[in-house]
Amino acid sequence: MADNVKPRVRVPKSASVDEVVVIKTLISHPMESGQRKDRDGNTIPRSIINRFTAEFNGTSVLDATLEPAISTNPYIEFSVKLPESGDFKFTWYDDDGSVYEDVQSIEVA
Amino acid sequence: MKPYRSLGAATTVAAVAAMTLAAVTASADPVMDDELVINEELELMTDTPAPEHLGGVLGETIYSGWRFRDTETRAMQKDDFDNPMFLFVDAGLAAWDTPEGAANQSCADCHNSIEDSMKGVRAAMPRVNADGELWSLENYVNDCRETRMEAEPWGWNSQEMKNMTAAIGLQSRGMPVEVQIDGEAAPFWEKGKEMYYTRFGQLEMSCANCHEDNFGNYIRSDHLSQGQVNGFPLYRLKDQGAVSMHQRFVGCVRDTRGETFAPGSQEFRELELYVASRGMGLPVETPAVRH
Repeated sequence: MADNVKPRVRVPKSASVDEVVVIKTLISHPMESGQRKDRDGNTIPRSIINRFTAEFNGTSVLDATLEPAISTNPYIEFSVKLPESGDFKFTWYDDDGSVYEDVQSIEVA
Repeated sequence: MKPYRSLGAATTVAAVAAMTLAAVTASADPVMDDELVINEELELMTDTPAPEHLGGVLGETIYSGWRFRDTETRAMQKDDFDNPMFLFVDAGLAAWDTPEGAANQSCADCHNSIEDSMKGVRAAMPRVNADGELWSLENYVNDCRETRMEAEPWGWNSQEMKNMTAAIGLQSRGMPVEVQIDGEAAPFWEKGKEMYYTRFGQLEMSCANCHEDNFGNYIRSDHLSQGQVNGFPLYRLKDQGAVSMHQRFVGCVRDTRGETFAPGSQEFRELELYVASRGMGLPVETPAVRH
């Protein structure tokens, strides 16, 4: 179980139709690769965020598989054009079964 | 022949451009054509008239270290989302509300909201406490931990301490540095000043040799700043992590090939007071981003 996991998202409050909008996301997470050993030589079990999804009004915008080589606090930034106002839903899936979510609204005119 | 000729022309243009760029870079220290606006709303002055006690040794204007950094580094500090220190600030804010120690108390149990109770605290640090000792922010944090929370004190440069001082420092962001240097603080300030101008190490260098005589010049693959401390604790790209003020002091003294003082020592707290006083009037930038 990873401690202090906290998603952070930056979505502009408003945009115009067909404007290219930059979405920034970051989740604080140790992203333990499963390749390292502790002092006694035992493998430190893998604990990473293995999937990240972004949905806009229920439509999938981005669905990414994250691998163990991705470093601590994965940062994902992407650009979108939005046809209408609505809610962005971001979901992070942890190896330990935890699911972290964040929802942000954007006004599109 | 034609391709060769155009290649030659292009090379010449590139060479001229590179020379122009070099000339501009050399004269652009501190950077004069950029403004520090955080999250597109909070404007922080990065220069201000030099405090009187300096007697003009830094000229008429003092500059934040932000003005000596690269474009990309300056941009990182303009957006709290891009500023990596905010992960540590978040951890510090979480610790503020977490009860600890035998007394099972959190910072919030006494101080309530960090936004109200800690506003302005960082801008006036270090200061003389009720017993007449010069204390830094770290001393106050550990005093609370030991006497009120009955918890183990944090190491001066521990991650937990830097998380907390960053969270507390953030509450003063934008407020001018205003430390007391007269009255009961005067003896400490005098000692700090003496230390600032004392040469240390095999290289026999004082703080002033770099940060007063040579700010703006290029050394160790970096541009020397005036050594202002209004952004600590800050994110240092070289260390990929948070760096406290005394950590930086240790680094500077070590670079003179000298035996350094300990973080949190009397010497470094006096130096902290004097160095802070050289930046009086500059707004607190905590948590800043530097190289």
